[in-house]
Amino acid sequence: MVLRSMDTCDVVTVSGRMDAVTAPEFEKQCLKWMEEGHKNFLLDFSSLEYISSAGLRSILGVAKKAKPLGGKVVLSGLSGVVAEVFSISGFDAFLPIVETPEAGKGLF
Amino acid sequence: MPFLPVEKQRTFEARVDLVPRIVEWIEGVAEEAGLHPRQQQHLALSTEEAVMNICSYAYKIPPGEVTIQVSSTPERCRVIFRDRGIPFDPFSLEEPDLGASMEDREIGGLGILLMRRVMDEVHYTREGDENLLRFEIYPRERES
Repeated sequence: MVLRSMDTCDVVTVSGRMDAVTAPEFEKQCLKWMEEGHKNFLLDFSSLEYISSAGLRSILGVAKKAKPLGGKVVLSGLSGVVAEVFSISGFDAFLPIVETPEAGKGLF
Repeated sequence: MPFLPVEKQRTFEARVDLVPRIVEWIEGVAEEAGLHPRQQQHLALSTEEAVMNICSYAYKIPPGEVTIQVSSTPERCRVIFRDRGIPFDPFSLEEPDLGASMEDREIGGLGILLMRRVMDEVHYTREGDENLLRFEIYPRERES
Protein backbone atom coordinates (compact mmCIF):
# COMPACT_ATOMS: atom_id res chain seq x y z
CA MET A 1 0.00 0.00 0.00
CA VAL A 2 1.46 3.31 -1.08
CA LEU A 3 0.16 6.83 -0.46
CA ARG A 4 1.14 9.59 -2.85
CA SER A 5 -0.25 13.10 -2.94
CA MET A 6 -1.87 14.60 -6.00
CA ASP A 7 -3.12 18.18 -6.05
CA THR A 8 -6.66 17.49 -4.78
CA CYS A 9 -6.33 14.13 -3.07
CA ASP A 10 -4.07 11.29 -1.98
CA VAL A 11 -3.68 8.32 -4.27
CA VAL A 12 -3.56 4.99 -2.45
CA THR A 13 -2.21 2.17 -4.60
CA VAL A 14 -3.44 -1.23 -3.46
CA SER A 15 -2.07 -4.26 -5.23
CA GLY A 16 -2.51 -8.01 -4.92
CA ARG A 17 -5.39 -9.19 -2.80
CA MET A 18 -7.89 -7.58 -0.47
CA ASP A 19 -9.10 -10.51 1.57
CA ALA A 20 -10.16 -11.33 5.12
CA VAL A 21 -6.59 -10.86 6.35
CA THR A 22 -5.36 -7.89 4.31
CA ALA A 23 -8.58 -5.80 4.23
CA PRO A 24 -8.57 -4.95 7.97
CA GLU A 25 -4.91 -3.87 7.57
CA PHE A 26 -5.93 -1.61 4.68
CA GLU A 27 -8.68 -0.01 6.77
CA LYS A 28 -6.40 0.48 9.76
CA GLN A 29 -3.75 2.17 7.60
CA CYS A 30 -6.31 4.50 6.00
CA LEU A 31 -7.70 5.47 9.41
CA LYS A 32 -4.16 6.25 10.53
CA TRP A 33 -3.70 8.50 7.49
CA MET A 34 -6.99 10.21 8.37
CA GLU A 35 -5.71 10.94 11.85
CA GLU A 36 -2.70 12.56 10.18
CA GLY A 37 -5.03 14.86 8.24
CA HIS A 38 -5.68 13.03 4.98
CA LYS A 39 -9.33 12.71 4.02
CA ASN A 40 -9.63 12.51 0.22
CA PHE A 41 -8.59 9.09 -1.00
CA LEU A 42 -8.32 7.99 -4.59
CA LEU A 43 -7.87 4.24 -4.47
CA ASP A 44 -5.86 2.97 -7.42
CA PHE A 45 -6.91 -0.64 -7.93
CA SER A 46 -5.22 -1.18 -11.29
CA SER A 47 -2.93 -3.82 -9.72
CA LEU A 48 -5.61 -5.35 -7.51
CA GLU A 49 -6.31 -8.93 -8.53
CA TYR A 50 -8.85 -10.02 -5.95
CA ILE A 51 -11.37 -8.54 -3.56
CA SER A 52 -13.86 -10.23 -1.23
CA SER A 53 -16.68 -8.88 0.91
CA ALA A 54 -14.08 -8.20 3.61
CA GLY A 55 -12.43 -5.77 1.17
CA LEU A 56 -15.76 -4.12 0.36
CA ARG A 57 -16.50 -3.68 4.06
CA SER A 58 -13.15 -2.04 4.72
CA ILE A 59 -13.68 0.43 1.85
CA LEU A 60 -17.18 1.23 3.12
CA GLY A 61 -15.68 1.79 6.57
CA VAL A 62 -13.11 4.24 5.22
CA ALA A 63 -15.67 6.10 3.07
CA LYS A 64 -18.10 6.43 5.99
CA LYS A 65 -15.41 7.82 8.26
CA ALA A 66 -14.08 10.22 5.62
CA LYS A 67 -17.46 11.80 4.98
CA PRO A 68 -17.95 13.67 8.31
CA LEU A 69 -14.43 15.09 7.80
CA GLY A 70 -15.57 16.51 4.47
CA GLY A 71 -13.57 13.88 2.59
CA LYS A 72 -14.42 11.17 0.17
CA VAL A 73 -13.28 7.97 -1.49
CA VAL A 74 -13.01 7.52 -5.26
CA LEU A 75 -12.01 4.27 -6.98
CA SER A 76 -9.97 3.88 -10.12
CA GLY A 77 -8.59 1.16 -12.35
CA LEU A 78 -11.12 -1.59 -11.62
CA SER A 79 -11.05 -4.53 -13.99
CA GLY A 80 -12.02 -8.17 -14.30
CA VAL A 81 -13.43 -9.90 -11.27
CA VAL A 82 -12.71 -6.86 -9.06
CA ALA A 83 -15.02 -4.71 -11.20
CA GLU A 84 -17.58 -7.51 -11.16
CA VAL A 85 -17.59 -7.65 -7.34
CA PHE A 86 -18.20 -3.89 -7.12
CA SER A 87 -21.02 -4.12 -9.59
CA ILE A 88 -22.74 -7.05 -7.82
CA SER A 89 -22.44 -5.34 -4.43
CA GLY A 90 -24.02 -2.13 -5.67
CA PHE A 91 -21.12 -0.13 -4.22
CA ASP A 92 -20.70 1.48 -7.62
CA ALA A 93 -23.97 3.33 -6.88
CA PHE A 94 -22.45 5.48 -4.14
CA LEU A 95 -18.69 5.33 -4.74
CA PRO A 96 -17.48 7.21 -7.81
CA ILE A 97 -15.45 5.02 -10.16
CA VAL A 98 -13.03 6.40 -12.76
CA GLU A 99 -10.67 4.80 -15.26
CA THR A 100 -7.41 6.32 -14.05
CA PRO A 101 -6.28 8.36 -11.01
CA GLU A 102 -5.82 11.39 -13.28
CA ALA A 103 -9.47 11.15 -14.31
CA GLY A 104 -10.54 11.31 -10.66
CA LYS A 105 -8.67 14.47 -9.68
CA GLY A 106 -11.64 16.71 -10.40
CA LEU A 107 -14.04 14.77 -8.19
CA PHE A 108 -12.72 16.08 -4.89
CA MET B 1 -6.72 -27.28 -21.74
CA PRO B 2 -9.11 -30.18 -21.11
CA PHE B 3 -11.40 -30.55 -18.15
CA LEU B 4 -10.00 -33.23 -15.90
CA PRO B 5 -11.91 -35.33 -13.40
CA VAL B 6 -10.74 -34.25 -9.96
CA GLU B 7 -11.63 -35.64 -6.54
CA LYS B 8 -10.15 -33.88 -3.53
CA GLN B 9 -10.98 -33.51 0.10
CA ARG B 10 -9.29 -31.65 2.88
CA THR B 11 -10.09 -30.52 6.40
CA PHE B 12 -8.92 -27.19 7.75
CA GLU B 13 -9.25 -25.38 11.02
CA ALA B 14 -11.84 -22.65 10.48
CA ARG B 15 -9.64 -19.68 11.35
CA VAL B 16 -9.58 -16.28 9.68
CA ASP B 17 -5.80 -16.25 9.46
CA LEU B 18 -5.91 -19.54 7.53
CA VAL B 19 -8.40 -18.25 4.93
CA PRO B 20 -5.69 -17.23 2.43
CA ARG B 21 -4.19 -20.73 2.62
CA ILE B 22 -7.58 -22.38 2.15
CA VAL B 23 -8.28 -20.15 -0.84
CA GLU B 24 -4.85 -20.96 -2.27
CA TRP B 25 -5.64 -24.67 -1.96
CA ILE B 26 -8.98 -24.34 -3.77
CA GLU B 27 -7.32 -22.26 -6.50
CA GLY B 28 -4.90 -25.11 -7.10
CA VAL B 29 -7.73 -27.62 -7.31
CA ALA B 30 -9.74 -25.40 -9.68
CA GLU B 31 -6.70 -25.01 -11.91
CA GLU B 32 -6.15 -28.77 -11.91
CA ALA B 33 -9.79 -29.33 -12.86
CA GLY B 34 -9.25 -27.04 -15.88
CA LEU B 35 -11.91 -24.49 -14.93
CA HIS B 36 -12.08 -21.25 -16.90
CA PRO B 37 -9.84 -18.61 -15.22
CA ARG B 38 -12.86 -16.47 -14.37
CA GLN B 39 -14.60 -19.46 -12.80
CA GLN B 40 -11.44 -20.17 -10.80
CA GLN B 41 -11.61 -16.61 -9.46
CA HIS B 42 -15.31 -16.99 -8.69
CA LEU B 43 -14.65 -20.19 -6.78
CA ALA B 44 -11.80 -18.60 -4.82
CA LEU B 45 -14.06 -15.69 -3.84
CA SER B 46 -17.00 -17.91 -2.89
CA THR B 47 -14.72 -20.18 -0.87
CA GLU B 48 -13.44 -17.24 1.15
CA GLU B 49 -17.00 -16.12 1.81
CA ALA B 50 -18.16 -19.61 2.81
CA VAL B 51 -15.22 -20.21 5.13
CA MET B 52 -15.50 -16.74 6.67
CA ASN B 53 -19.10 -17.46 7.60
CA ILE B 54 -18.02 -20.67 9.28
CA CYS B 55 -15.17 -18.89 11.11
CA SER B 56 -17.53 -16.15 12.29
CA TYR B 57 -20.82 -17.86 13.09
CA ALA B 58 -20.62 -21.64 13.15
CA TYR B 59 -18.80 -22.51 16.33
CA LYS B 60 -19.71 -21.36 19.83
CA ILE B 61 -16.16 -22.13 20.87
CA PRO B 62 -13.95 -21.39 17.84
CA PRO B 63 -12.06 -22.58 16.03
CA GLY B 64 -13.95 -25.51 14.63
CA GLU B 65 -13.23 -27.33 11.44
CA VAL B 66 -14.35 -27.15 7.86
CA THR B 67 -14.05 -30.00 5.42
CA ILE B 68 -13.99 -29.08 1.74
CA GLN B 69 -14.76 -31.69 -0.85
CA VAL B 70 -14.34 -31.07 -4.58
CA SER B 71 -15.56 -33.43 -7.26
CA SER B 72 -15.22 -32.18 -10.77
CA THR B 73 -16.19 -33.71 -14.10
CA PRO B 74 -16.39 -32.08 -17.55
CA GLU B 75 -20.12 -31.53 -16.92
CA ARG B 76 -19.98 -29.95 -13.50
CA CYS B 77 -17.69 -29.02 -10.68
CA ARG B 78 -19.21 -29.58 -7.22
CA VAL B 79 -17.70 -28.13 -4.06
CA ILE B 80 -19.10 -29.01 -0.64
CA PHE B 81 -18.27 -27.32 2.66
CA ARG B 82 -19.11 -29.24 5.84
CA ASP B 83 -18.95 -27.94 9.36
CA ARG B 84 -20.29 -29.20 12.67
CA GLY B 85 -21.34 -25.81 13.95
CA ILE B 86 -24.77 -24.52 14.87
CA PRO B 87 -27.37 -24.75 12.06
CA PHE B 88 -26.82 -21.82 9.72
CA ASP B 89 -28.89 -21.42 6.59
CA PRO B 90 -27.36 -18.56 4.59
CA PHE B 91 -30.61 -18.20 2.65
CA SER B 92 -32.47 -17.31 5.83
CA LEU B 93 -30.76 -13.90 5.76
CA GLU B 94 -32.21 -11.00 3.84
CA GLU B 95 -30.20 -9.77 0.89
CA PRO B 96 -28.62 -6.37 1.45
CA ASP B 97 -30.53 -3.37 0.10
CA LEU B 98 -28.48 -2.59 -3.00
CA GLY B 99 -30.25 0.73 -3.48
CA ALA B 100 -29.40 2.05 -0.02
CA SER B 101 -27.27 5.15 0.38
CA MET B 102 -23.74 4.85 1.72
CA GLU B 103 -24.88 5.94 5.21
CA ASP B 104 -27.63 3.32 5.36
CA ARG B 105 -25.69 0.56 3.76
CA GLU B 106 -25.32 -2.37 6.15
CA ILE B 107 -22.16 -4.42 6.11
CA GLY B 108 -23.81 -7.82 6.52
CA GLY B 109 -24.95 -10.24 3.86
CA LEU B 110 -22.47 -9.20 1.20
CA GLY B 111 -20.52 -12.45 1.17
CA ILE B 112 -23.62 -14.54 0.64
CA LEU B 113 -24.84 -12.19 -2.07
CA LEU B 114 -21.50 -12.50 -3.89
CA MET B 115 -21.40 -16.29 -3.79
CA ARG B 116 -25.00 -16.56 -4.97
CA ARG B 117 -24.28 -14.32 -7.94
CA VAL B 118 -21.00 -15.84 -9.10
CA MET B 119 -21.71 -19.55 -8.51
CA ASP B 120 -24.07 -21.30 -10.91
CA GLU B 121 -25.89 -22.92 -7.97
CA VAL B 122 -25.63 -22.66 -4.18
CA HIS B 123 -27.50 -25.08 -1.90
CA TYR B 124 -27.70 -25.41 1.85
CA THR B 125 -28.78 -28.47 3.81
CA ARG B 126 -28.49 -29.59 7.40
CA GLU B 127 -27.52 -33.24 7.64
CA GLY B 128 -27.33 -34.69 11.15
CA ASP B 129 -25.01 -32.39 13.06
CA GLU B 130 -23.47 -30.90 9.93
CA ASN B 131 -24.07 -27.83 7.81
CA LEU B 132 -23.56 -28.58 4.13
CA LEU B 133 -23.04 -25.75 1.69
CA ARG B 134 -22.78 -26.91 -1.90
CA PHE B 135 -21.63 -24.98 -4.95
CA GLU B 136 -22.24 -26.18 -8.49
CA ILE B 137 -20.21 -24.77 -11.38
CA TYR B 138 -20.91 -25.60 -15.00
CA PRO B 139 -17.45 -25.58 -16.57
CA ARG B 140 -17.02 -23.08 -19.41
CA GLU B 141 -14.56 -23.68 -22.22
CA ARG B 142 -11.38 -21.62 -22.04
CA GLU B 143 -10.69 -19.42 -24.98
CA SER B 144 -7.84 -21.00 -26.87
